[in-house]
Amino acid sequence: MQTVANTSGVAMGEKPPGIEGSGFFATSLEKVVGMARKNSIWPLPFATSCCGIEFMATMGAHYDLARFGSERLSFSPRQADLLMVMGTIAKKMGPVLRQVYEQMAEPRWVLSVGACACSGGIFDTYSVLQGIDRIIPVDVYVPGCPPRPEQIIDGVMKIQTLVENESLRRRDSAEYKAMLNKYGIE
Amino acid sequence: MEVSSQEKVIATLQEKYGDEVLHVETPYNFLTVTLKKEKIVEIVRYFYDHQDLHYQYLTTLGGIHYPDLKQIAVFYQLHNLYTNQRIRLKIYLPEENPVTETITSVFAGANWMERETYDFYGVIFEGHPNLKRILNVEEMIMFPMRKEFPLEDQTRDDKNDSMFGR
Amino acid sequence: MTMDENDFLIDLPSAEEKQYTTLNLGPTHPATHGIFQNVLTMDGEVIVHAEPTIGYIHRAFEKLAERRPYNQITPLTDRMNYCSSPINNIGWHMTVEKLLGTEIPKRVQYLRVIIMELARITDHLVCNAVIGVDTGALTGFVYLFQQRELVYEIYEEICGARLTTNIGRIGGFERDFSQKAWDKINSFLKNFPAVLKEFESLLSRNRIFMDRTIGAGGITVERALNYSFSGPNLRAAGLDYDVRVANPYSSYEDFDFVIPVGKNVDVYDRFMVRQEEMWQSLSIIKQAIAKLPEGPFHAQVPEFYLPPKQDVYNDMEALIYHFKIVMGETDVPKGEVYHCVEGGNGELGFYLISDGGRTPYRLQFRRPCFIYYQAYPEMIKGSMLSDAILTMSSMNVIAGELDA
Repeated sequence: MQTVANTSGVAMGEKPPGIEGSGFFATSLEKVVGMARKNSIWPLPFATSCCGIEFMATMGAHYDLARFGSERLSFSPRQADLLMVMGTIAKKMGPVLRQVYEQMAEPRWVLSVGACACSGGIFDTYSVLQGIDRIIPVDVYVPGCPPRPEQIIDGVMKIQTLVENESLRRRDSAEYKAMLNKYGIE
Repeated sequence: MEVSSQEKVIATLQEKYGDEVLHVETPYNFLTVTLKKEKIVEIVRYFYDHQDLHYQYLTTLGGIHYPDLKQIAVFYQLHNLYTNQRIRLKIYLPEENPVTETITSVFAGANWMERETYDFYGVIFEGHPNLKRILNVEEMIMFPMRKEFPLEDQTRDDKNDSMFGR
Repeated sequence: MTMDENDFLIDLPSAEEKQYTTLNLGPTHPATHGIFQNVLTMDGEVIVHAEPTIGYIHRAFEKLAERRPYNQITPLTDRMNYCSSPINNIGWHMTVEKLLGTEIPKRVQYLRVIIMELARITDHLVCNAVIGVDTGALTGFVYLFQQRELVYEIYEEICGARLTTNIGRIGGFERDFSQKAWDKINSFLKNFPAVLKEFESLLSRNRIFMDRTIGAGGITVERALNYSFSGPNLRAAGLDYDVRVANPYSSYEDFDFVIPVGKNVDVYDRFMVRQEEMWQSLSIIKQAIAKLPEGPFHAQVPEFYLPPKQDVYNDMEALIYHFKIVMGETDVPKGEVYHCVEGGNGELGFYLISDGGRTPYRLQFRRPCFIYYQAYPEMIKGSMLSDAILTMSSMNVIAGELDA
């Protein structure tokens, strides 16, 4: 088996295990789809408060999030893969968040950034939703108030691990549907 | 604000509306006048139009709840940008029926501030163009800033009260 | 079937039956930086009526403040105008110091001025960068956010946090600025002017930017005063009301600076007023560093200022103070006080009523954003939708301060 040596100095991604020959590379479909998806996640930044400013710093030149494939932020739920909820969600905003989540097309992931989105944060009050996982299912939680951009990037990388290793049949499976039913989403 | 200019303001107020003034004090050198609630709009308009007192800037407006006096106070802070003088006017309303007149005819900026006071304390401002809740959800029936309303979300069951001292 | 010319006539609505479209500039929108909703009634592209709805991030600060001891309210004030949180923190500390009647050393006042002017620069950086983004100029955003990172590093050296700083203590600062902090401040002062000049050269005399922004989103000075505008929005309207000059606090009277004022109240003037204020802030910081006196970095307020750890371990009184401060059991004198500072958006006021207990009886935040945003429907009436977006971003509406 002959492979071309990498002399350009660019770090290449891990090749999934497979059988290689001259002109072909055979592996399982899930691995290829996972690899393609994880490097091109289009986030929907649902930035409400202070964590939104840290997100803007993450998208800036210093802590570039675009390196991970998230160059194109989509503000339309139909075209987004990852819902990044950053900031406090008040009870008035809950139905809006729920509607945005329901409009997203499968496969979709949710990243909850900041203490307020994870659990209500320091605002244990009558008007703040104590954690968005009361209304939508969450995949990765990033704690912090606000989390540093490195932490947000770490959260996105954990989402990437989830995306890479997800089975193609997961979204049609009975357990997934049961989980969505728990939140009242059909 | 020096004492002499404060006394001038009080004198100008008392020559026309002397019987509306209930109490005058200056905590931390800030002139505070407690008034009866009936003619508050006239007094604000008087301060606005008087040629010596140009209180033409409304700094802030809000409510305070005193449950032991069974009263809700509404305070108005005015600012005279010409001579850099401030004044605070307070009126006290009964808790069961806090109704007063709106000052949106004098200051357009009082619109949302009065809605906020209504949202938090239930103070009804008669004549307000759009008196409905502004910060809380519209379906809320209680007035959250009153002292008897609890701070925390009552439906939460995962916090241990003995450790968090609520 | 034959077709004649009558089949091609379309029913045009008569002048009375004009149909308006309703557009929901909803809570989640890429152009509204923050969550607030506007239901617009539009005649084609022109806005006829706007109905704003806010409260989507209402976190009940004023109610929370009634249940927290005085030094635990500082993190709450951080999260109001989170783009320039040191100004909120220091404003709150000054309110409590006014209530207690403490005398603050000169050095502390000058250091506070340096921090507040740095925070003002960061606030205006965000606003101007976002005005650029809303006209389509994304380059300026990337340049200016890099400069914000430098200021974040300065805050980290001083207090440990980047954005929501909780900087300082009641009475002063927790520690004196280290040499590394001074190095970072000096290097920021050396490198930032060139970047700001580059940003200005990108936008201020740019034909497209000027065509987009001149004449958009205006309001007369009389209406602005009636709506209780303050800050850069009022100064762009032509009135030079600045709390730093009208009611000087924290030794602002020792510094020599100019208040920029606009002529025509439009987006371009607001942009230029903020731009000039950044230059003035740089000059104030340089003056403060040049005239910085020696002295203690905190006032003597033992009931609120944590004693040094050595004393806590060796001295009984210091131990008791430490315990009472951390548990929040210090009682405060009775009184009612109003203090205001010049925030990034205008007059940020704190009206504090204390009944002698460990928490405030009533604390009202006079939030400038909340007060001037009510003029927004009037400002965009009759303008096009894209001008409305620009007006909103030039007013620097920050959702945390709007809803509190």
